[in-house]
Amino acid sequence: MLVSYKWLQEFVEIDISPRELADRLTLAGVTVEGVKEVGAGVSKVLTGKIEAINRHPNADKLVITTVDVGTEKLQIITAATNVNVGDIIPVAVEGAKLASGLVIKRAKLRGVESRGMMCSGQELGIDPKTMSTEQAEGIMILPPTTPIGKDAKEILGLDDYILELDLTPNRGDCLSIIGVAREIAALLGRPFSPPQPTLRELEERIDEQVNVDIADPDLCHRFVGRLIKNVQVASSPLWMQQRLRAAGMRPINNIVDVTNYVMLELGQPMHAFDYNLLQDGHIIVRRVRAGEKIVTLDGVERALTPGMLAITDPSGPIAIAGVMGGQATEVTEKTNSILLESAFFNPISVRRTSKALGLRSEASLRFEKGIDIGGCARAADRAAQLIVEMGCGEAVAGRVDKLPEKIKERVIQFRPSRASYVLGVDIAGEIARDILTSLQFKVRDGGEDLLVTVPTHRSDVSLEVDLIEEVARMYGYDKAPVTLPSGGVSGGTKTREQIYTAHAGNELAAGGFFEVMTYSFVHPRVFDLMNLPIDSPYRNTLKLQNPLSEEHGVMRTMLLPCLMEVLVRNHNRRVQNGAIFEVGRVFVNRGLDTQPEEKTTLAAAAMGCTPGSWNVSPTAYDYYHLKGVLENLFTVLHTVPVKFRPESANPSFHPGRTAVLEAGGRRLGILGELHPDVLENYDLPVKVTAFELDFDRLLALSGRPADFIPLPKYPAIERDLAILVKKDILADHILATIKKAGGKLLNAVSLFDIYRGEQVPEGMQSMAFSLLFQASDRTLTDAEAVEKTSAVAEALAKKFGAELRS
Amino acid sequence: MKDKLHELGARAREEMAEAGSPEELDEIRIRFLGKKGELTRILRGMGGLSAEERPRVGKMANEIRAAIEKELTAKSAILKKLIKEQMLHNEKIDVTLPGTVVWRGGRHPLNIVLEEIENIFLGLGYTIAEGPEIETDYYNFEALNLPKDHPARDMQDTFFISNEILLRTQTSPVQVRTMEKTAPKLPVKIIAPGKVYRRDDDATHSPMFNQVEGLAVDQRITFSDLKGTLAYFAREMFGKKTKTRFRPSYFPFTEPSAEVDVSCVICGGTGCRVCSHTGWLEILGAGMVHPRVLEVSGYNSEDVTGFAFGMGIERITMLKYGIDDMRLLFENDLRFLQQF
Repeated sequence: MLVSYKWLQEFVEIDISPRELADRLTLAGVTVEGVKEVGAGVSKVLTGKIEAINRHPNADKLVITTVDVGTEKLQIITAATNVNVGDIIPVAVEGAKLASGLVIKRAKLRGVESRGMMCSGQELGIDPKTMSTEQAEGIMILPPTTPIGKDAKEILGLDDYILELDLTPNRGDCLSIIGVAREIAALLGRPFSPPQPTLRELEERIDEQVNVDIADPDLCHRFVGRLIKNVQVASSPLWMQQRLRAAGMRPINNIVDVTNYVMLELGQPMHAFDYNLLQDGHIIVRRVRAGEKIVTLDGVERALTPGMLAITDPSGPIAIAGVMGGQATEVTEKTNSILLESAFFNPISVRRTSKALGLRSEASLRFEKGIDIGGCARAADRAAQLIVEMGCGEAVAGRVDKLPEKIKERVIQFRPSRASYVLGVDIAGEIARDILTSLQFKVRDGGEDLLVTVPTHRSDVSLEVDLIEEVARMYGYDKAPVTLPSGGVSGGTKTREQIYTAHAGNELAAGGFFEVMTYSFVHPRVFDLMNLPIDSPYRNTLKLQNPLSEEHGVMRTMLLPCLMEVLVRNHNRRVQNGAIFEVGRVFVNRGLDTQPEEKTTLAAAAMGCTPGSWNVSPTAYDYYHLKGVLENLFTVLHTVPVKFRPESANPSFHPGRTAVLEAGGRRLGILGELHPDVLENYDLPVKVTAFELDFDRLLALSGRPADFIPLPKYPAIERDLAILVKKDILADHILATIKKAGGKLLNAVSLFDIYRGEQVPEGMQSMAFSLLFQASDRTLTDAEAVEKTSAVAEALAKKFGAELRS
Repeated sequence: MKDKLHELGARAREEMAEAGSPEELDEIRIRFLGKKGELTRILRGMGGLSAEERPRVGKMANEIRAAIEKELTAKSAILKKLIKEQMLHNEKIDVTLPGTVVWRGGRHPLNIVLEEIENIFLGLGYTIAEGPEIETDYYNFEALNLPKDHPARDMQDTFFISNEILLRTQTSPVQVRTMEKTAPKLPVKIIAPGKVYRRDDDATHSPMFNQVEGLAVDQRITFSDLKGTLAYFAREMFGKKTKTRFRPSYFPFTEPSAEVDVSCVICGGTGCRVCSHTGWLEILGAGMVHPRVLEVSGYNSEDVTGFAFGMGIERITMLKYGIDDMRLLFENDLRFLQQF
C-alpha cells in the first residue's frame, strides 16, 4: 500500500516529518518500508501555455515555440510532437532541476536560442506505469483550465511524500487512507476526522429504478447501490489523477477514477455498472450456475464454476463479485447512467474465486482481508458526492441497501489484570481505555474490567488477547521490562541421539570430510544416473505437486545422488579432490495421503586423493580409506561390531569393491567404489568411493561403551606368522580362524603386510600377521607361544591350504 | 718413584686437556688407571720401598688417581655437553616450512551456527525437539490458527505433496506436536531446529532453509520474559553490546506478535549498507502463544501462557560471516566450506 502524506493530512493533523511518522508507524506495527518524495529534486517548473509553434530554420525535427509562463514569454525549442498551440504544459525554466538531476540552462539549439524545456511526466518524477502510453512518451498536457505561471509541482501534487507500507495480513483496515490516518491520530493523540459525505440529490428516487436481490446471503452480507444520471465520462481532475498515481494506479476516466479513489480513501472496493445496459435495472447477487461465463473488463472470457459468487442481472453474470467487473456493462464514453456498487462479500469466497481464476485485483485483495461492513453506505455516498462535485453526473435520491442480517456488535471483556499477566507489565485501566478509544473502540466500564465494542472496520479483533495486543503496541513494546521466565528448572540437555549425532559429524570432519547441506528434493533423473533398475524401491518417490522446476521435482530417497552432484559441481570448478558427508533425511513414500517415513541417513563420498605436501605423499580416497574412517566412527560412537560383507550386485557400485555393512544382525548400509557406469553417467573422470548408512539404525546400535579391560600384569610374547594363501580368501575368514586357533592366550592379532608379486605364485598372496600372546594370571613361556603359533599355522593350513613362509 | 708418579699425573692432565671425545677419555683412563695401566705398573715397584716410605707413596698414588679421576669426570661432562650442543646444532630445521598436512574436514557453517544457538538455549534450560519435515496441513497451518483460506497463508508459499500433505513451511508445527505430547505437564521449554521449505529462489531466498523455533510454556510466562530471553540470546550470539528492538507484527499463532531487530552487527547501529542505514537488522519473529494454539494443544489458555519465536539460521550465518548470497550455503563448493 502506497500512502500519500498529503492525503493523510485531510483526515488528521500531522505535525511531524514524513520520516518521523514512518518510524512511529513502524514501531506501532504498521511497517513503513520506505518514504519517497514524489517530485524529489524537481524545482522551478512552471505551468505554461503554448502560444505559437514555428518551424526551426535549421532542423526538421525541431520546432520553435513561444510559451507564456505568466511573468514572461519564453522561446523554447522542442522536438516534442504531441503539443499544440493552446496546450498548457509544465515548463522547466532556466535554472530548473528535473527528477533525473538535469539542470536546465539557456542554450542554443541549431543556432536558435532556447530558454527552457517542456516536461514529460517522467521528467517530473511521475512513475510511467501510472500514465497512459501516450502520456508517458510525450510532453505532459495539463487540463485547459489549469492556471498558468504556477509551480507545476504544486499543481500536479508532486510536493508530496509517499509512505510505502508493508502491511501484515491482519490489517486490512490499513489498506485505506483513513485506516492509516486513524492509526496516526491514535499515535499522535490528535483528532481523527473521516469524511462525512453530504450531497445534492435529484428528486427521482432509486427504489423505483433499481431492484437488488441477494440470493446467497452467506456470501454477500451487504449490497449498497447508488444511481447516477446524466453522466459525462471524461478525464478526472488533475488532483484526483495525482492521488491515484501516488497510490500507484493509472487514471482511466472520471467515473472509474472515482471508484478507485474511494477504494483508496475508505478501503471499500466499488464498481460502476452502465445502468442502461442492465436488464430491468435488476441486480441479483447469487452463486454461479453450471456453464456460466463472463468476459471480464480485461477482455478475457472466463468460465465460472458453480460456487463462485456473481453479480447478475436476469440475463446472467455481469461481474465476478469482489474480483472484477464484466465488459458488457462497462462504463464507456457513451455511458449516461451508472449504478455504483458498494458491497461486502464473504472474504473466503472472494479469496477462493480470485485464486481459482488467477485474478488478483486491488478489490479482491481488500475483500479477502475483510472490509468495513459498516462503511458500505458511506462509501457509496462519498463516490456520489465526488461525481456530483466534479460535475460529471447527478445523483438519484437515496440508495439501495440490502443487509440480509443485522451487523452484529462484538463486545469483548478486557481485564487489565489479564493484560498484565500476559505482558508482564501493569498498564493502568485508564491508559488502556484511552488507547482503545483513540483507535475508535467504544469502551464502557464493567466493574474492574472494560467492556469494549469492536468497531466494524476491525474485523481482525475478536478476542481479549487481540485487545491486549492493541494496547501493548500503542503503549510501546519498548516499555515492557526485560525479564527471564521464573518458573521451575527444566531440561537443558541433549538426548543421547543428539549427542551422538554431533559426535558423528565432528568425527567425520576430523577424518577429513567436509559437511555439506543439499536440497531434499532431487530431479527424478538421478535414479537413472545412479544406474538403479526400473523396479528399484528408491524410485518410489514422493512428487511435489508444484515444484519450482523438474530439477527439484521429487523428494529424495537416498543421499548419494545429492553428494554426487556436489562432487560434480566441485570438479567442474576445478576442485578435483575432496571428501564430503551429509546427515540428512530421506523420505519413504507411504502413499499420497499419509506422511512419509523420514529416515535420517548418513552418507559420504570422496574423489581423488588427500592433498600431498613437501613431506607427505597424497593417499587415494579408496575403499580402505573410507573403511578406516568408518571404523573410527564406529569406535567413537561405541557401535556394536560391524561386519563388511562383499556385495557384487548393487548396480550403483563396483561389483568387486563394495561391501554391505551389517551390525546386530541388521543391514546398516553400503560402502564401496562407485560403478564406472555411474561415473560415466555423471561425466566424472575420477574415481569416487562412498558410503550411505541408515543413521537412525546406527545410533540405535551405538552408544554402549564396552566394559573396561584391566591392564595386563604379565608380559606378552609377540610372534610373527607369514603365510601364503589364495588371493580370494577373505581376510575376515583368515582372522577368525587365527583367533579361534589362538584361543584365550591370543590377546591380539594384526595384519601387517600383504605381498603379491615376485616369489609369490600367481593367484596367491603372502600375508604377515603379528600375534600377541598373553595370559592374565602368569608369565607365559616361550614354549607356550611357539605351541600356539604352530596351532594357528596348522589351522590355517587345514582350512585354507595356507603354507607357512619363513 | 715419587717423581714417576708426578710425571704420570702431569702427563695424564696434559692428555686429558687435549682429548676431544669421550672415547679418547676412556682410552686415557684405561691407559693410566686401568688394571694394566701405568699407575699399576709404577706401584708394582712399591715392594722396593722402605716400610716408612710405602704408606706415603701409597697415599700419594691414591691422591694422583683421585685427581685424574676427578679431572676425567669433569672433562667428560664438558665433552658430553659440547657434543650435545653440536648435535642440536646439526639437527636444526627450518621452522617456517609448512606443517605436515594432517588432513581434516569441517562442519557446515549452518550447523556450526546452529550448534551455537543450541548451546545458548541449552544453557537456559531448553531441550531440543524435532519433528517431521513433511507435515500435514493440520500441524503446519490449522493447529497454528491458520485455517484453510486464511489470507495469512499467502505469507508462505507452500510446496504440496497432496491437498493435506505438504513440506513444512516453518518449524512451528513442532510447537504443537511437543505440547500435545507434554500437556498438561509444565513447563515446556524447547527449541526445534530443522529444515523448512518455501517456493522462493533468489539471492536472499532458498527453497529449502533452516529455522530454529523456540517455545516456553508455563504459568506466568510473560511478554517481558520473551523480551528478556531474546535480548539474552542476542547478546550471547552477537556480542555483549548488542541491543534488541521489538516491533509489533503479526503471526497467526502468536498474539501479541513482534518482529525482533538487533543492532547492526556490522556497524553497531550507526547505519551501513548491510542494515540499509537503519542501524537495525531483523532476525526473529516472536510473540505470545495464541490462546487457540494452546487450546488445540491441550492447555487451558486461561491458566497457562507461553512465548514462541523463530529465526532463520541462514540469515544469522550470513550476518556472522558476511556472506552475501544465500545460494553459497547450498552450493557446497569445497573452497567455501574450507573457510569455516
